[in-house]
Amino acid sequence: MQWRDTIRTATEAVRTHRLRSALTMLGILIGITAVILTVGLGNGAKADVRDQINELGTNLLVVSPGSSTDSSGVRGGFGSSSTLTIEDAEAIADPEAAPDVQAVAATATSSVSLTNGDTNWTTTLTGTTPSWAEVRSREVTSGRFIDEDDEDAAAAVVVLGPDTASELFTTGNPVGQYVTYNGSKLKVIGVLEELSSSEETANNDLAIVPFSTYSERLVGGSGRDSVSSIYVKATSEATLSAAYQETNALLLNLHGLTSADDADFSIATQESILTAATSVDKTMTVMLGGIAVISLLVGGIGVMNIMLVSVTERIREIGLRKALGARPRSIRRQFLVEASVLGFAGGVLGVGLGIVGAIVLPHLTDTRVILSLTASLAAIAMAIGIGVVFGVYPASRAARLAPIDALRSE
Amino acid sequence: MSAVLQLAAISKTYATGAVEVQALRGVDLTIDQGEFVAIVGPSGSGKSTLMHILGCLDTPTAGTFHLAGDDVASLDEDRLADVRNRHIGFVFQQFNLLPYLSAWRNVELPLVYTGTDRHERRERALSALAQVGLADRADHKPGELSGGQQQRVAIARALVTEPAMILADEPTGNLDSVSTADVLGLLDHLHAQGRTIVLITHEQDVAERAERIVQIYDGQVRTEEVAGAVA
Repeated sequence: MQWRDTIRTATEAVRTHRLRSALTMLGILIGITAVILTVGLGNGAKADVRDQINELGTNLLVVSPGSSTDSSGVRGGFGSSSTLTIEDAEAIADPEAAPDVQAVAATATSSVSLTNGDTNWTTTLTGTTPSWAEVRSREVTSGRFIDEDDEDAAAAVVVLGPDTASELFTTGNPVGQYVTYNGSKLKVIGVLEELSSSEETANNDLAIVPFSTYSERLVGGSGRDSVSSIYVKATSEATLSAAYQETNALLLNLHGLTSADDADFSIATQESILTAATSVDKTMTVMLGGIAVISLLVGGIGVMNIMLVSVTERIREIGLRKALGARPRSIRRQFLVEASVLGFAGGVLGVGLGIVGAIVLPHLTDTRVILSLTASLAAIAMAIGIGVVFGVYPASRAARLAPIDALRSE
Repeated sequence: MSAVLQLAAISKTYATGAVEVQALRGVDLTIDQGEFVAIVGPSGSGKSTLMHILGCLDTPTAGTFHLAGDDVASLDEDRLADVRNRHIGFVFQQFNLLPYLSAWRNVELPLVYTGTDRHERRERALSALAQVGLADRADHKPGELSGGQQQRVAIARALVTEPAMILADEPTGNLDSVSTADVLGLLDHLHAQGRTIVLITHEQDVAERAERIVQIYDGQVRTEEVAGAVA
């Protein structure tokens, strides 16, 4: 029997028993849709995290106080100590000591309440250097960013994040007006451009003052020169690892340490932050994927069930085909192809429904779904595979039927 | 005339649990090319078992069976399927047409298993339908045909491979008297064209259409009588 005839016979059988075929396909369809959407949601979450990390700026290293990250990703005393100072940042910024570093910005942050008349708003007060805007790839929409003169004079000026500005100044341009922190009046000199795609509110809700203003006039305290992070921008993507080495060596030297194991700071790359952030999503994806695979398995058992019913119901047809000269292997192949046709159709429809879901879901739940062609093709292949695997037993049963018994049954 | 079918000392024993049933006890039978033979016998006589062996649907426990020159008594399942496909055209009491296929698609079915090219299959199926007088019904499904017409489609299916023998098992059992006459007339016609026909029946008047009647009783051939018609 030729393959073309086998496939034709199988599709005819599928079309003849429409309702039964549709119900069988449904099981596979749901499983495949679940797989497609799970993978799509996983990819979407990953892309979201990547975008957030990229919002930090490009070719960036983030130096934090505290000991380094161990192999399992647990940070010892992260940010709890104040081992980094503004002097560290200045040392890294020296182009002779660290030629692959383009710019450095140290930041010190604290959560504070700013007031404008009766309005008050809690935001993150950030003391930093003028290089921050370059390092973090941010711009101002109105006014200007802090400059060296502000830094030298410890000027009472502030640049507001777009959200902070709109909370404190419901009407009019905030530039030129004043906000008050803890009795000190700060002149608003600029408003940052909004990061539209950002889900990280900290990127749009913050208040930036010169580092000198922050440490000398506003917050001060014991660790006057200590900073909470140092952002280091490499000259290019290619020099990122060189910049990493230079920063690491400089800091170890400055802190009087000989072994990297004793480091009282940690340097994170965007890639390492991304890996840490996506590991949670990955667990979720694996879990959802597991559920999807189980639903596919149930779909496969459905195929086997229906195929067994089909064999019993068509016992006379099998007997007749055998009497007319069908070898057992022709019969087996016919039922296997029938099962894989069901699997294929269920798979294609499942991918179709997955695509519909990927279009509809973001509108309903505000989550991002990114479909992958590879995953879709793999899902269809998987659906055919399920048809074949779960079709083997019913097909062998059909093939083993004795023709006289099959013909005799009423 | 050469023998199409030669059975020598054929016996068949079924083991149903502890009891052994001997359905056939040494059957000797020879059927020549172009003969029209009826096999008759009451139920339980071993008639059905004989039909299954003649049709290569079952193998005998002992004895030799030659069909169209081949020894078929000891073939495996695949080879038996090939023998059925090439040498035997079946006509059943229940017609056994596939309801979702049109008449010509039912007729071409045996050719599908020989791997015949699609165009040739269609041509041969249509010509077989023409031989049974149903050329104009080729695209009808079995449900759209009368009982007599369905059985004629089944006969066309039995003819399409040009088999050594047409084996008809109670072909008129499900038909009214008009259709019975119609189908038997067709078998006569095919016989007149020189085809070998073996007819299994329990109806005496149907059996009398044949040249030769073989009586089976208790698993043995009891009498072979030549029917009154010209031999």
